[in-house]
This record gives sequence, C-alpha cells and structure tokens, in this order.
Amino acid sequence: MGRDNDRWVEDLKAGDESAIADLRDALRRNLRKALSPHPRADESFLEDAVQDSILRIIQRVNQFQGRSRFLTWATSIAIHVAMGELRRKRWQDVSLDDVISDATGSPNFAIDRQATPDAELERKSLRALMERVIEEELTEKQRTALRAELKGMPQAEIARHLGSNRNAMYKLTHDARKKLKAGLEAAGYTATDVATMVTR
Amino acid sequence: MPLSKQEIDDLLRLVGLTERTEINCEQCLALVAEFAEQKLTGKSIHEGLVAVEQHLTVCSECREEYEALRRTLNDKSFAD
Repeated sequence: MGRDNDRWVEDLKAGDESAIADLRDALRRNLRKALSPHPRADESFLEDAVQDSILRIIQRVNQFQGRSRFLTWATSIAIHVAMGELRRKRWQDVSLDDVISDATGSPNFAIDRQATPDAELERKSLRALMERVIEEELTEKQRTALRAELKGMPQAEIARHLGSNRNAMYKLTHDARKKLKAGLEAAGYTATDVATMVTR
Repeated sequence: MPLSKQEIDDLLRLVGLTERTEINCEQCLALVAEFAEQKLTGKSIHEGLVAVEQHLTVCSECREEYEALRRTLNDKSFAD
C-alpha cells in the first residue's frame, strides 16, 4: 500500500500483481463497510463483487483524472458494481407488468399527511392537474418507465424490460419530468410552489 | 392504471427538483468520488460538482450509492 494516485494508475496499467492484490484487499474492506446494511451482501457475494469491480476499474483506469484519491474513485465504482448486482438479483424475477399494476404505493419520500384542509384542497387540485398532464403530454413508454421507477424498480431493470439501457432510460424519464414541469408552469405553478405543497 | 396519491406526490417532488439540463448516472459516477471527498471537508462544492448534487436529489439509485460511499469515507478504517 502507500501508493499515490500516479503509482496506482501506473501499476494497474502494467498489470502489477501486488497492486492488484492490494486493490482487492482495499475494496473488500471498503465494500464490507459500504454494504453493511444489506444482509444479502455476504462474504461470497463480496468476493464476486470485488473481482468484477477490479476488472471494471482496470478497464476504466485511463478515465481516472486524479481529482480524488484513487481508492475513493475505485471504491465508488465497486459500490456501483455491487449495488447494481444486488438490485438485479432482487428484481430479476419481477415482471414489469406486475410492478406497474401493483396498487400499493412505494414509500420513497416522506410526505406530511397532517396537512390543513386548505393545503389538502390545494394539493388535490395539483394532483388532478398532474394526472391530466401525465395523460396528455407523456408517451406510453414514459408513463410506464416513470410508474415503475416510482415503485422502486431499478432503471437498469426497467431498461431491460423495455429493450433499452440505463442512460437512455434516464433520458426518457428526465424528458418526461421536463414535460410535466412545463405543464405545471403553464398552469401557473412554480417549482417552489410544488415543493412547498408536497412537503408541508 | 392511474397513479396513487402517494405516487403523484412523489412525482411532484421529483418534478419540482427537475432541471432543464441534468447529468445522467454514468456522468454522476465519474464525478461522485470527487464530490464525496469535497463534501467530507465541509467546504462548499465547486461549480463543476453542482450537477452531481442535483442528480443525487432526483436519482434514488445514485443517492444510495453515494450514501454507501460516504459510509466508507466516514469510517476510520477506510482502506487508503
């Protein structure tokens, strides 16, 4: 250990076995901590995730720009690889149809349910407007992707079901959110109005 | 099938946070290590990282990964 950023990059590019072994040890420790709240991330899972991450890091080592410590960058990639795999395993047998037809809500965001009658009326009116804009402005694919995302389905899984990829899925839902925002603005609501109404 | 009240509220919150230009998850991943280290110092983030902060407000998966990274950086035994 004790390598600076340049040394890590040089050694990994050269395929230095001691650098790879040190990276493996560091990622194992860091991933264990990072994934501590996830019971499915057992030692066997961590070992596979570390191995996959090392391959990914070596493939991308030329993209490291030295704007953070090398191991912080490498750990961010390892977390991305490991969490992607945890999500994939959790959702691989769930169909998109089942997700979007599920009538139960997903508690992603805390909303104050103790609103005053006036605030609740205002919120009801905003919800009705939102439903209309969703129906009139979004494509069927955008509605499906947004609904699945709100149910907690990972973007990579939504993309797989829709024959797309995660970046394209992000663009699809971002475009949908922009259309909805434009629809609300056209009706006189600002982002601040919306934020105030849904959080109070 | 129409969205539930809660899903519409969740969507409204996301729409309120939406910007005309946003980085995607891949671009966020490329910058999140630098962002996490900057945040750890307690100083304000520089302009190039504002887009990361915004992305983390609208992308629950990247936010989950960022929180996991923070958990490792906050740990005294962070392997470095």
